[in-house]
Amino acid sequence: MSFLHFLASRRAELMTLTAQHLVLVAASTAAAVALGLPLGIAMTRLRRLARPILALAGLVQTIPSLALFGFLIPLPLLGGIGTRTALVALILYALLPILQNTYAGINQVDRTVLEAATALGMTGGQRLRMVELPLALPVILAGVRIAAVVSVGTATIAAAIGAGGLGTYVFRGIATVDARLILAGAVPAAVLALLVDALLGAVEKSRRPFRAATALAVGTLLTLGAALVMSRPARGTAVVVGSKNFTEQVVLGEIVSQLLESRGFEVQRKLNLGGTNLCHQGVLSGELDVYIEYTGTALADILRQPAHSDPAVVLQEVRQRYRELGLVVADPLGFNNTYALAVRPDDAQRLGLRRISDLAPHARTLRVGLFGEFLERPDGMKGLLATYGFRFGTPPREMDLGLLYTALVNRQVDVVVGSATDGLISALGLVVLEDDRRYFPPYDAVSISSEKSLQRHPGLHEALNALAGRIDEDGMRRMNHAVDSERRDPAQVAREFLDGAGLVRR
Amino acid sequence: MGRVNAVELEDVRKRFTVRGSGAQPRSGVSPRGPSARIHSRREPPEYHVALDGVSLSVEEGQVLVLLGRSGSGKTTDLRTINRMVDPDEGRVAVLGREVHGWDVIDLRRRVGYVIQEAGLLPHFTVADNVALVPRLLGWPPERRTARARELLAVGGLEPDRFAGLLPRQLSGGERQRVGLARALAADPPLLLMDEPFGALDPLTRRRIQDEFRALQGRLGKTVVLVTHDVPEALRLGDSVAVMDAGRVLQRGRPREIREQPQEGFVRDFVNAALL
Repeated sequence: MSFLHFLASRRAELMTLTAQHLVLVAASTAAAVALGLPLGIAMTRLRRLARPILALAGLVQTIPSLALFGFLIPLPLLGGIGTRTALVALILYALLPILQNTYAGINQVDRTVLEAATALGMTGGQRLRMVELPLALPVILAGVRIAAVVSVGTATIAAAIGAGGLGTYVFRGIATVDARLILAGAVPAAVLALLVDALLGAVEKSRRPFRAATALAVGTLLTLGAALVMSRPARGTAVVVGSKNFTEQVVLGEIVSQLLESRGFEVQRKLNLGGTNLCHQGVLSGELDVYIEYTGTALADILRQPAHSDPAVVLQEVRQRYRELGLVVADPLGFNNTYALAVRPDDAQRLGLRRISDLAPHARTLRVGLFGEFLERPDGMKGLLATYGFRFGTPPREMDLGLLYTALVNRQVDVVVGSATDGLISALGLVVLEDDRRYFPPYDAVSISSEKSLQRHPGLHEALNALAGRIDEDGMRRMNHAVDSERRDPAQVAREFLDGAGLVRR
Repeated sequence: MGRVNAVELEDVRKRFTVRGSGAQPRSGVSPRGPSARIHSRREPPEYHVALDGVSLSVEEGQVLVLLGRSGSGKTTDLRTINRMVDPDEGRVAVLGREVHGWDVIDLRRRVGYVIQEAGLLPHFTVADNVALVPRLLGWPPERRTARARELLAVGGLEPDRFAGLLPRQLSGGERQRVGLARALAADPPLLLMDEPFGALDPLTRRRIQDEFRALQGRLGKTVVLVTHDVPEALRLGDSVAVMDAGRVLQRGRPREIREQPQEGFVRDFVNAALL
């Protein structure tokens, strides 16, 4: 199927995402103009303000967007999961070029002209409206254009926080290692950027830029108003299901969503959120009603408690500490997505590798591949080597999760540290070494929701517990494999699981 | 005589802070060299004295020329008249009233102002530039347009050809005529002109000077004109005040200035230009 056919087959969704994307860009740029223009003008009047304000706006630019979301989510009013936070971030990013160009544009107005305007009896306001702004307009418009075009690119990040837009495809594509899906988000975004650039360029070059800019501004505001009226979501009644941004999480998010739908709940999906912290903040703040977490992650990353190897103890501790936060941990789904050391089957046979301890005599000649996070984690590489008392001959090679198994199969590395449920483990027939000294803490999958959500949605708790013990490692691996390697739709894979497990009667 | 003074300056003094508290940052090297910077916080501010006790008056309908080198204080002097500069000491009265008794915006709209290079608004057409002050005064559009066309004609610019052009489409001389027309648009009794013909080539300059003289004779406006050009001062002024270092050294009719220049600076300056 060609790329165009692929796009055509997703026409409806693509249109929705493009519209969401445009609304994000238009709304954030409009708000940035509404904020930046007066502030830029104020800077030309109170020059002492200029340097600190520009420095601050410049500083914001250097904050990576995910980090900015991290700062914003806990804030009252500005934060949360969804469009509002994405808009705030986009506005902050768009401010710098608008401030800079307003300030520079007004400052570059010819002194003689200003002098004449003042001497002829213009008031400060008249001078601003009749002389400074019109003469600064081309520069200001150039700033708006930069802000809008950059915003088209930056707005893809909005998907990480559940605000939709074309980034949804990009993130989904990255999570499932599906280049076509990434392109389905990236190519329309690039086209959009070119269109926005051309449109604003035309305004800039028009013979009456002021009139054109006003017309564009009015048009934008009307469109935004219409979008706002039409898109009022049915919030409050729907159960909002979140997930992090990798395949397994998306599949689990679909399983939970479809299960709830089959039981008569209205569901709003906010899948592919950019990381653990976003999801956690989401259930805490009530923006999400449920998502799937792993007990080890909850203990180490969220609660910052020392690791423990007994699954029951970990679950107990997480439950207790979550209760203090107002969160409820349902019964485990049945699989443990802990770290897994995998080797090629021929090596396993030749070297007699069955358990991690078996690596010790061969470690000096083996090359290990892993993703960077594992080097940093408290339950990572250092402890592993200390527990088992061996060292690898060469420093570990860091690579993207998606590339680990390719490298292993192509004999570029000999051992990989992956996840127990990685789909490729089954698909490639790899051997997972047993953690015989029980070094790795358990990462049992559990659904997390807040007490408030459970009260608001009677029957939700029962529905979630219906999944308890229903998915084992091999089952999860196969579903991951179906999405990652067979390019199947996560929703379809989830449906087949629910049907097969008899959880849904259709 | 029974004539009224349109403008009166009495012992006007003005100094600008060059450096120190409240100084505008200036480019270029400090006159004391780099070592001075270290102590700059404690340094007392340095001043440039622009006006060192200037007293002048202009009768209604007369042309007063302020003549001097750049930095002599002549432009600062002119700018005290429409309060573009507020003096530190002394008294300035315009049209019989002290400038501080005027609403500053009202004062400026009642006083025409022409500067070198005209200072036309580059995004306004010629007609809109000319009609600017009437527009600020809230004249209805038809009256503004009519007035602009009338003044373009007075300034020797054919209205049909020039009204719709932008300043950048004009020659230097044409721009200067538009500047003059703009200053006259609201029929102000008083006109301030700062080096109005400074940027023109000699032939154009001479022609516009003659036209200006004729026009002034016809309209009877009071004019204060600043120039560093001695022949221009002598040709245009009913009266000429030669300034240096913030003071008026000699005030007289052009003929007096030419034939009996004061010993010292005035003689050197006038003779250098005329001989």
